[in-house]
Amino acid sequence: MWAYFTRRLFIAIPTLWVVITVAFFLMRLAPGGPFDQEAPLPPEIMANLKAAYGLDQPLWWQYVNYLGNLLQGDFGPSFKYKDFSVTELIGQGFPVSIQNGAAALFLAVLVGIPLGAMAALKQNSGADHAAMTVAMTGIVIPNFVVGPLLALIFGIWLRETMFALPVAGWNNGALPNRILPVICLALPFIAYIARITRASLIETLRTNYVRTARAKGLPFRMVVLRHAFKSAMIPVVTYLGPATVFLLTGSMVIETIFGLPGIGRYFVQGALNRDYTLVMGVTILAASLVILLNLFVDLAYAWLDPKVRYE
Amino acid sequence: MSDAHMSEGRSGANLSVPNADALDKAADVEGRSLWQDAFRRLQTNRAAMVSAIVLIVMAFVCFVGPVLVPWSYEEIDWDILEAAPPNFDTGHYLGTDSLGRDLLARILQGGQVSFLVGILATSVALVVGVTVGATAGFMGGRVDQILMRFVDVMYAVPLMFFIIILMVVFGRNFYLMFLAIGFVEWLTMSRIVRGQTLTLKNKEFIEAARASGGSTAGIIARHIIPNVLGVVIVYVTLTIPQVILLESFLSFLGLGVQPPMTSWGALIAEGAQEMEITPRTLILPAVCLSTTLFCFNFLGDGLRDALDPKDR
Repeated sequence: MWAYFTRRLFIAIPTLWVVITVAFFLMRLAPGGPFDQEAPLPPEIMANLKAAYGLDQPLWWQYVNYLGNLLQGDFGPSFKYKDFSVTELIGQGFPVSIQNGAAALFLAVLVGIPLGAMAALKQNSGADHAAMTVAMTGIVIPNFVVGPLLALIFGIWLRETMFALPVAGWNNGALPNRILPVICLALPFIAYIARITRASLIETLRTNYVRTARAKGLPFRMVVLRHAFKSAMIPVVTYLGPATVFLLTGSMVIETIFGLPGIGRYFVQGALNRDYTLVMGVTILAASLVILLNLFVDLAYAWLDPKVRYE
Repeated sequence: MSDAHMSEGRSGANLSVPNADALDKAADVEGRSLWQDAFRRLQTNRAAMVSAIVLIVMAFVCFVGPVLVPWSYEEIDWDILEAAPPNFDTGHYLGTDSLGRDLLARILQGGQVSFLVGILATSVALVVGVTVGATAGFMGGRVDQILMRFVDVMYAVPLMFFIIILMVVFGRNFYLMFLAIGFVEWLTMSRIVRGQTLTLKNKEFIEAARASGGSTAGIIARHIIPNVLGVVIVYVTLTIPQVILLESFLSFLGLGVQPPMTSWGALIAEGAQEMEITPRTLILPAVCLSTTLFCFNFLGDGLRDALDPKDR
């Protein structure tokens, strides 16, 4: 199994290299540059600025330089946030994003799995239909609709009551400021996880080994918890891999709506400002996260499903 | 018919006279194809049928409706210049947006963009995904290895980031957008088609086609692809809402279609900024978007139940 994981890690390196290369040259294809303003700078100043950031070099040389710096852990300076390096910006933004993301994922698992399991155990009952309708609603009403609506309800309509919640800003991570963004980020995950749990548990409950366990006279609760549940979780775990990608893109929307200083917002702003290094830094971070989490999902797989063997 | 003739021949001549009658009757019984069966099953699924009808009506209204609306989506009513409530005298049946443009006309135009992107981007995903998947599955060996490794690598890439970079780099180009979205969505399609192809590959009729001298490309096009269509159709119906959602997401971030053109996502973004004054400008496009996504998902689920007899 270790051989498998070292191989996977070795595949990760060329993958990351492709990501870096494509992102680097795509950004540079863009018309305009980081120092364009409404009132154009005098050519001499522009030339000096470009020289200071190494943008006057030939493109391939900039690319080689960038890769070289990257190998030493240096993401370069931000072009737009003067006096900040990309590492510093990511260091500030990443904790915000990762805390929100982890909280949302935790909430989604905590609510989604029981909801789906309940629907599966009471299949075709009123509770089942109700749960699945709620889940479908969570999927089809996107984050960027739920966010403003929650802000409207809790920030404006309920502002005089005890339920009022702050709808913007981070406030150094004060709990009330986190509630709405995390709920908003978690809703689609709750919906997906509930649907996947339901489908997979229903299928597992029909298998022969579950029937055998019941025939032995085990109480139904034991059958579900001991025999069915673990293997029913396999598709849910599989979903958690792609879910991280959704989490990353979801945080772009959430951070824009709620004005949170996370990396999702840096990315969108950076791309619009042609802040080459910042965009590259966030992209590399995102790609590494996705690769790493997919690896963890594979690990969890082997633990849940004894049939899975990695060679 | 040919089966009946063969069994007649084998069983001997003494049965031939009564059988001729039976054969005539058998010819009257109409054969039902797999597709007709599936369609019948679909018809009994009320949620899916209602969804299909709602979708057809919505698409029709979005594309034909603008003819009947007195205002165009980009026209500013200089007498209003603000978000006004619905008024039948001025012809703003759903009111205006904050610039005094007719909200109904803009919602219809946004719907056109959403439906078009949904269908065009899914077509891109369909063509690329089915071709790659069927080729990889059927050819096997090194071709399969290379194509599927490539898909694996693409899966590990946060593609949304690349779409955003693309949209920023090349400006908000409508055609580029559906191409970019399509190139993201083909990955899953190719995996599904490959899996199906692998199970089909060793069936007798493929062997027969090969024995009678069919070329690889011909076999893929004539025999493999028609047989994976059922699964593909289900996946297509579930991809369209994802694509529509992706487009609205881009438009919400200000990276979608170019103003004064609009889409439901862009309208939601505009509406969100004025929601405390005129919640209408947020809620109306949001309802349209959600209804469409809802219907596509129900239709997809219904098609899956209809085309996948295993789950009956």
